[in-house]
Amino acid sequence: MAVSKTTTPAVVGADDSSEQVVSLYRAQTKIYARAVTGWFATWRWVLVWATQLLFYGLPWLHWGERQAVLFDLEARRFYIFNLVLYPQDFIFLTALLIISAYSLFLFTAVAGRLWCGFACPQTVYTEIFMWVERHLEGDRPKRMKLDAGPWNLEKIWRKGGKQLIWVSIALWTGFTFVGYFTPIQTLAAEFQSLTVGPWEIFWVLFYGLATYGFAGFMREQVCKYMCPYARFQSVMFDKDTLIISYDAERGEPRGTRGRKTDLKVAGLGSCIDCGLCVQVCPTGIDIREGLQYECIGCAACIDVCDTVMDKMQYPRGLIRYDTQNGLQRHLGRQEVFKRILRPRVLVYTAILGVLCFAFLWGLATRDSFKVNVVRDRGALARLVDNGWIENVYRLQIMNATEQPQRFRIQPSGMEGITVEAPLELVLQPAEARWVPVAARIPPQVAESAGPGSHPVQFVVDRLEIRQPAGGTAAPTAGGAAETVLDTLREKSTFIVPR
Amino acid sequence: MSDFMHSGWALYIAGMTAISLIACLALLLFASRRKVMAKDNTTGHVWDEDLREMNNPLPRWWMYLFVITVVFSAVYLAFYPGMGTFKGTLNWTSMGQFEAEQEKARVAMGPVYARYQTMDAAALARDTQAMGIGQRLFLNNCAGCHGSDGRGSKGFPNLADKDWLGGNTLDTVKKTIVEGRVGMMPSMAAAVGTAEDVKNLANYVLSLSGSAHNNIAAELGKSKFATCAACHGADGKGNALLGAPNLTDNIWLHGWGEKAIVQAVTAGINNVMPPQGRLLTPEQVHVLGAYVLSLSQSATVASQ
Repeated sequence: MAVSKTTTPAVVGADDSSEQVVSLYRAQTKIYARAVTGWFATWRWVLVWATQLLFYGLPWLHWGERQAVLFDLEARRFYIFNLVLYPQDFIFLTALLIISAYSLFLFTAVAGRLWCGFACPQTVYTEIFMWVERHLEGDRPKRMKLDAGPWNLEKIWRKGGKQLIWVSIALWTGFTFVGYFTPIQTLAAEFQSLTVGPWEIFWVLFYGLATYGFAGFMREQVCKYMCPYARFQSVMFDKDTLIISYDAERGEPRGTRGRKTDLKVAGLGSCIDCGLCVQVCPTGIDIREGLQYECIGCAACIDVCDTVMDKMQYPRGLIRYDTQNGLQRHLGRQEVFKRILRPRVLVYTAILGVLCFAFLWGLATRDSFKVNVVRDRGALARLVDNGWIENVYRLQIMNATEQPQRFRIQPSGMEGITVEAPLELVLQPAEARWVPVAARIPPQVAESAGPGSHPVQFVVDRLEIRQPAGGTAAPTAGGAAETVLDTLREKSTFIVPR
Repeated sequence: MSDFMHSGWALYIAGMTAISLIACLALLLFASRRKVMAKDNTTGHVWDEDLREMNNPLPRWWMYLFVITVVFSAVYLAFYPGMGTFKGTLNWTSMGQFEAEQEKARVAMGPVYARYQTMDAAALARDTQAMGIGQRLFLNNCAGCHGSDGRGSKGFPNLADKDWLGGNTLDTVKKTIVEGRVGMMPSMAAAVGTAEDVKNLANYVLSLSGSAHNNIAAELGKSKFATCAACHGADGKGNALLGAPNLTDNIWLHGWGEKAIVQAVTAGINNVMPPQGRLLTPEQVHVLGAYVLSLSQSATVASQ
């Protein structure tokens, strides 16, 4: 399990009893992560491109007349391609979050903090910002030298240029974010004509500032001190979880040597103690001290160590993805991978599969409209002509498509229950409307049912739209057969007074 | 501050607030340093044989966040009320904010309603947008008593029939909405006579609308109707000026049948509609009044 190493290991034989007073708050030490290339670094860039093309590109796509993905908070409609979601569809967001959580469980159980190392926005934006930094200020040694050096023209333009690009990326990110809630083309036009609303400006700056601050300055501090997932992922590790491991048995004793040195004769392990694994680490730890909570699983140390091993003509994998069992029991790669399919992983996979299926099935079979019934509370029941008993309800009908829809409302569930006049209505695209409905029963039925509350349903049929022959849509003339496209039943109660 | 009669309480609260803020900073400063063992970075405590407490310091910026909250509090207390009776330099009150927001909404809705002010009830009834606004106003403000469809129930007038206690013009409906209404009928039992007389009178009243009644009793009760005629008119057709209902139609606000009428005559009726003028703007009342009138014009509310 996770072992937290101290920054200064105990020195055997020193005087342990001497005390000193220290500050409980540590100043942030700037980390100059060295650039790295390799298999895992390439994968990280693939994910940077994939996630960011999606994020920056999606708001610009069109679907018919509107933006393909738009969360219209003011109108409370959420458009995702052909879907029109209402706040009542919150269950889908809940399902999505549960699926995300289970995916995190699964990935973490299999190979540690994959999310942190490759796909988390914090990692992705830090990667982009570091790329800018590297191209303007150079790699690690040059950056350190630049920071230590005096402020001269070169330092000013390199640092200033970096800030300028950082701020531009951050503002564009903020702009894109707001573009998911306000149509992005309108927003762009408003920025050009300087007529943007105060809240849009606020959120662009807020999200932009968060991106700039987190990716430019806070970096590993976010993962170490702010992110809750970072901490609780370590409890999902077990001894068969693939984690970034340094093979101490093979590496130690570490030490410098020439390429031709015979390891057996010199009594050395494979680690040449070049320190590159520490230099490339974005959280500034030494992986050779074992698994630490700061490790985000980015695998930069694996990439860099492999290049060193190649140069030394040693086999690769001194630092590699391996499991605790694998290292302790000297398991082969085959055995390590076979152990991935342990019950825990299988259970996670099964649950995740069921959830994904339920989510997609729910979306696919989602009704094209929704109905809510709210009983009037002011009056329970009333007597109308000829002793009929009437109860009043409000039905909310919601059109969850972008075509007009026509509906017919009928009560059912008690003998003879009816409405005074046939209730039909046409809803415009994505419209929601409250419709008062007075359902009534004949006196004989009230007599036999007895006083109290009785279950009833409201049957809402979606009918084919009639092209109005002339002017308004005429209600159906008596017996003309209607094609019912869809039906929803909503429960309520009918109250017969004493 | 009505709960604290003495101004000393205001000072006490202001003092406590200030002391708490300063104490937060002092505590932070006081507790920011501690003794650790020089060599192994532990606090030197050992429990249960080998459990040791490590010194894993928080980042300094985290502490600054705490300082920022204290600074924020100080700034907040300068701008907003919080230090006892001090009102803050912004002079903010919740009532003031509420009124400002109402005013803002009124200005925003102004152009929408402005168009309707010059329109009469018939013109408004043809305007689907106005009727949509009217329906929402009705559902939010009136439906609690009069029902979502406006047809009321016992004691709550049906607004969708042709019977109007106070008259059926837009102005009278608006007046009713703004000022409310009191439907008061005094107990008439003493003026009518014995319980038998009241029963006979009730049968006569039923006969006016052609409802089922006892003919003999109705004949006997006819002479007693003189006491009712002052308000309901000699022919029983009511009086809109007094809000006296028409007794010759088949609309029974307070219940149908001999028993209900006997009850009304004996105990009297006191029916109150509270005024709504404070809750609605005059512009809203205009549209709402037209919507209420429109209810009696159409059979179904939904199909518009």
